[in-house]
Amino acid sequence: MSVATRPAETGDRIVNTPVYDLARVRADFPILSRKVHGQRLVFLDSAASAQKPRAVIEAVRNCYETEYANIHRGVYWLSERATLAYESARARVARFLNARESAEIVFTRNATEAINLVAQSYGLAFLKAGDEVVLSYLEHHSNIVPWQLLRDRIGIVIKAVPVNDAGEFLLDEYERLLGPRTKLVAVTHTSNALGTVTPIREIVRLAHAYGARVLVDGSQAAPHRMVDVQALDCDFVAFTGHKVYGPSGIGVLYGKADLLRSMPPYQGGGDMIRTVSFEKTEYADIPSRFEAGTPHISGAIGLAAAIDYVEALGFERIAAQEQAVLAYATERLSDVPGLRIVGTARNKASIVSFVMDSAHPHDIGTILDRSGVAVRAGHHCAQPLMERLGIVGTARASFGLYNGFDDVDALVDGLRRVKEIFG
Amino acid sequence: MSDLRELYQEVILDHSRKPRNFRRPADANRQARGDNPLCGDKVTVFLTLEDGRVKDVGFEGRGCAISMASASLMTEVLKGKTEAEARALFERFHDEMTGKSACHGAAAGELDKLTVLSGVREYPMRVKCATLSWHTLVAALDDKQSGVSTEGDGL
Repeated sequence: MSVATRPAETGDRIVNTPVYDLARVRADFPILSRKVHGQRLVFLDSAASAQKPRAVIEAVRNCYETEYANIHRGVYWLSERATLAYESARARVARFLNARESAEIVFTRNATEAINLVAQSYGLAFLKAGDEVVLSYLEHHSNIVPWQLLRDRIGIVIKAVPVNDAGEFLLDEYERLLGPRTKLVAVTHTSNALGTVTPIREIVRLAHAYGARVLVDGSQAAPHRMVDVQALDCDFVAFTGHKVYGPSGIGVLYGKADLLRSMPPYQGGGDMIRTVSFEKTEYADIPSRFEAGTPHISGAIGLAAAIDYVEALGFERIAAQEQAVLAYATERLSDVPGLRIVGTARNKASIVSFVMDSAHPHDIGTILDRSGVAVRAGHHCAQPLMERLGIVGTARASFGLYNGFDDVDALVDGLRRVKEIFG
Repeated sequence: MSDLRELYQEVILDHSRKPRNFRRPADANRQARGDNPLCGDKVTVFLTLEDGRVKDVGFEGRGCAISMASASLMTEVLKGKTEAEARALFERFHDEMTGKSACHGAAAGELDKLTVLSGVREYPMRVKCATLSWHTLVAALDDKQSGVSTEGDGL
């Protein structure tokens, strides 16, 4: 199949614009050619972690084979090259987010560490007992627990914006939660569990009207759309490399330069200092101040390669492909008896969560796996959301830039086997 | 498909749809809660212990077919056992699930009923589903107020 095409029997309700040569894109991802349980791998778990294109794998290998040394230290040629590659990766991420300057990009281990950095550094320095932090029911545990740790330490108050039954962020309820005590709003751009895209521009605008800062969890948005920090005017953005086709172990915190400069270090160590004596240490400027110790050098370089790959394909075309697959999946899954799609927001990323009358998500996941179909099953690290929706968990198919209609067909075929076993 | 049938045998499907002893005995004097934080499965095991014997046992909770069927089957084999016998059953079931020993033939004895779960061994990711209720049972026998979790308790 050279392009994503629509099987004839589904009629013409959905028009799939061939946006790029899907076979060629798939050929860029070596793992997609492997078999699982003797079947073609149908990878529908990119929201948990995306597969890697050859360009990323090669960038990482190239780093180790030709340009590897520790950075910011050596006076020798190789260290200079590695430093240049690492800092170029930072500049690449800055362009990806449309940051004003590279210094606004802090490399972390993942989005979780980026959020913890804000909670522990900004939170401890600028928040006090009684100050309110507004989250939402759509948050991943990684954007809930860091704030609870901070609450337990200094007594901030956590509030959560509710969602409706479709899983949509309720903007008017959000506005009602804002007040003079609101100091920080930390919300996701896209729900990992349901795919809901939140009205982030409005969220930021309203928060700023109340003088609150905004941290956007961009982990699920970054693989699907341009996250323009200047257009959104957000104060912090956290995202992770492995969901945007880059290596695991590398993440990003974007922060407005003046804000980052006002914040104390998160961790102490090498590379984050100007001078050290036992009496007094002067900290380095941003972003080094927040990058104690030797960072994930090859990870940053791999992430830059991933961004190059995604942007070469283009978000417009990726979105067209993914939205066509999402629409097709929504239609086909809606026709499966006893299946209910959870999360029906009008604005969704290419994620479909569902439950079945007869089978628990875990059992669905096991049975699909035997057909070579990899989906996520469980609460998706979003237990408050599951609780709100009155379910224990869902099976979740999430589509990346390499997924096509044939993957949806394989999913639906696999679900037939669930029906055969569970009735 | 055949290997999936091996996992999802009729007995398992039956117990998962109609779990036995899915209740809290009125005179229960021990209970513990078990959690699998990876998938959100929860189970509470209730015991009525009398003179060192399991006079009654029940459970409540929610989870996948494997965890529900395993809990249901467990309650069936436990009734009337002494505390020591119950613990020994746990050890043998646990070894069976984790591949430390296979229980076939005469040696299986009390575990006969549970051998329908032996297909789970082929699915390492699902072993914790089958053993959750058993770990919870041990926590109840130990009168462990904090309950157990499949993560962090070395289960």
